[in-house]
Amino acid sequence: MLAKLRGFGAFWYDFVIGDDWRVAVGVIAALAVTYAIARSTPSVWWILPVAVVLLLPMSLWRATRRS
Amino acid sequence: MNSGALFLAVFLACVVEAVEATTIVLAAGTSRDWRSAISGVLAGLIVLAAIIAALGPALSTIPLQPLRLVVGGLLLVFGLQWLRKAILRASGYKALHDEEKIFATELAAAQAAERRTSAWVGDWYAFTLSFKGVLLEGLEVAFIALTFGSNQHDVGLAAVAAVAAVVVVVAAGVAVRAPLARVPENSMKFVVGVMLASFGTFWGAEGAGAHWPGSDAALLGLVPSIAVFGLLLAALLRRRHGRVTAPAAYATAEVA
Repeated sequence: MLAKLRGFGAFWYDFVIGDDWRVAVGVIAALAVTYAIARSTPSVWWILPVAVVLLLPMSLWRATRRS
Repeated sequence: MNSGALFLAVFLACVVEAVEATTIVLAAGTSRDWRSAISGVLAGLIVLAAIIAALGPALSTIPLQPLRLVVGGLLLVFGLQWLRKAILRASGYKALHDEEKIFATELAAAQAAERRTSAWVGDWYAFTLSFKGVLLEGLEVAFIALTFGSNQHDVGLAAVAAVAAVVVVVAAGVAVRAPLARVPENSMKFVVGVMLASFGTFWGAEGAGAHWPGSDAALLGLVPSIAVFGLLLAALLRRRHGRVTAPAAYATAEVA
């Protein structure tokens, strides 16, 4: 039973988070910062593109460093 | 732009996953029992349809801004995962998806497995293999189709794109009667990754309360920018990988 629950959890972790959990954490952080700043100024559209520019190379760098 | 992008993203994502599911079903049917394999496909499709039927109306009741915040975030995480994999494959750091090799592995495993029957299913192994293949590969596509469709208020178009992709892949699979090894899976994965990351960025920022300059027209800049950025990263990594290993090994990487 425990193994099945663990397998179920592992499937959803892999489905939503994927190979690099730091990417998911980075996206959530960028959304939170956008949400917080957008309360006072709505022209904060650039935060998520900057997050993409930072997160993707960092994730690739970690993956290629291992191989 | 948005309807075309919606159709393209769902269609390509569905083709990629359908090719992978077809390989698994072909292995189950060829090595074990076609009737059980097809029963597994039908059962998988029924469960997928039930999930879509349950989630689709639920998604349409959520107000647009919170929906875009959550869905945008998820699509961005998904998109970055797809892009990451496609770039690693294009640059040679990860092996390209080889449907013939996967087919051979699945075939060997299926031939070695014991045969168990029941009143409903002739061969449980073939049924389960097909069922899991269809359900697991289809879940991601269902999520993409539902979220894209509900955000664009056009779930019908997303469904048409998904069904069209499945029809094309199944027709090709039946015609060839072999794993669809020539489908440029990595290039399609790259395009889907770009679409998911672009729309995820756009909707996520909007859902968080930001306003894009030019409103929807901002996507016209966002999609090509992320595509060029991804191609640049792939080229940089390919050059770096070429310096470390023999350059000929991945000279035929799909994303140019």
